Amino acid sequence: MASLVYFSSTSGNTKRFVEKLGVPAERIPLYPTDAPLKVDEPYVLVVPTYGGGNDKGAVPKQVIKFLNDEHNRSLIRGVITAGNTNFGEAYCIAGDIVAAKCKVPHLYKFELFGTQDDVEAVRNGLDVLWKQQ
Amino acid sequence: MTEKLTLISHVDAINWNRIEDEKDVEVWNRLTANFWLPEKVPISGDVQSWATLTPEEQTLTMRVFTGLTLLDTIQGTVGAVSLIPDALTPHEEAVYTNIAFMESVHAKSYSSIFSTLCSTREIDEAFRWSTENQNLQRKAQIVLDYYHGDDPLKRKVASTLLESFLFYSGFYLPMYWSSRATLTNTADMIRLIIRDEAVHGYYIGYKFQKGLEKETPERREELKDYTFNLLYDLYDNEVQYTQDLYDPLGMTEDVKKFLHYNANKALMNLGYEALFPSNICDVSPAILSALSPNADENHDFFSGSGSSYVIGKHEETTDDDWDF
Repeated sequence: MASLVYFSSTSGNTKRFVEKLGVPAERIPLYPTDAPLKVDEPYVLVVPTYGGGNDKGAVPKQVIKFLNDEHNRSLIRGVITAGNTNFGEAYCIAGDIVAAKCKVPHLYKFELFGTQDDVEAVRNGLDVLWKQQ
Repeated sequence: MTEKLTLISHVDAINWNRIEDEKDVEVWNRLTANFWLPEKVPISGDVQSWATLTPEEQTLTMRVFTGLTLLDTIQGTVGAVSLIPDALTPHEEAVYTNIAFMESVHAKSYSSIFSTLCSTREIDEAFRWSTENQNLQRKAQIVLDYYHGDDPLKRKVASTLLESFLFYSGFYLPMYWSSRATLTNTADMIRLIIRDEAVHGYYIGYKFQKGLEKETPERREELKDYTFNLLYDLYDNEVQYTQDLYDPLGMTEDVKKFLHYNANKALMNLGYEALFPSNICDVSPAILSALSPNADENHDFFSGSGSSYVIGKHEETTDDDWDF
């Protein structure tokens, strides 16, 4: 059974979504002084979109650092993104960027910390995804 | 009513090299990077489009914009400013001054639209309507009362609900016109406002949640009840306001879905779970797409996956690819 890897800032919205899913998950550390996260099994990345309205800086720098590790990058199987439709064309653009760079599907987009419908859709989707691995 | 003006009694020089809450810097940077002025948006490109609207549609549009002007004026001159004395860090105070100023920019931007598209008589008439419409005035009064109250966290709740919920009965219309390729420059400007309001609601809601962490369980329960009660009050009023505006054109039901959708997001900004079930939040795809062209694209890869799911082909990348 593979897991999720996620990043969440001090606002904790993405963390909250991941906790509602109730599946194994590891958090990418917030501060540069924290020990970097290394993964050893396939995972789906859950990432919030930063930057607030343009693609510059949309992927949090901590996530870039994590994916800069080639071993970490080789195990990503998909990306799920948090965002806010108020940001127009930049809505969940962090997921588009990671999906294109890593050649993996952008699996799902949700807003803020997600509704119950989002939680169910992602939980079911992940079940199907991992069975096919 | 005379009130004692509350101002901070002691101020230290703000040191941006010693940060207590990284969120303050992050949001300050976002807001300043997103700075814009209405003069940069070519509203005059909408003159011909405006002329294609019926008189009823023009009246509705002007009323919607005077309603939004009122809310932005409140937020700029009272709302954001009232949050400053309760700020936990000097950087938070600075962010509120930015928010207050941008709300004044928003308020002014509607006047730019008016002066470009409408006659002075029409403009005056629309402003007169805004002072006479009871539901609009009531919504302004409800929020103002909380800003004048003595509870810092309740002020943040009222402010977040204004930023993330109360604007949307108005924002619906320019998105509707945009989806019909009408008033598209105006819509571009409204999208800039919508983007700003998202950051404002997120930030004030975040500060509310920070404040909540220090409170007792009883007080947290009280604030939760208060939030939902205020939302219900504002929602009831908002439905009537929406009817006043949109009933003549038969658009009320779809606007209400947009209200539900945004009320849920306002609650989430405050850290509470969504209230309105998804079957009454199903905003018309045209509106969602006008708001955010990416919103419905590949929204749910999972539901379309089934047994046909194929994992993406992995390709080795170099570090250069990651220099973005």
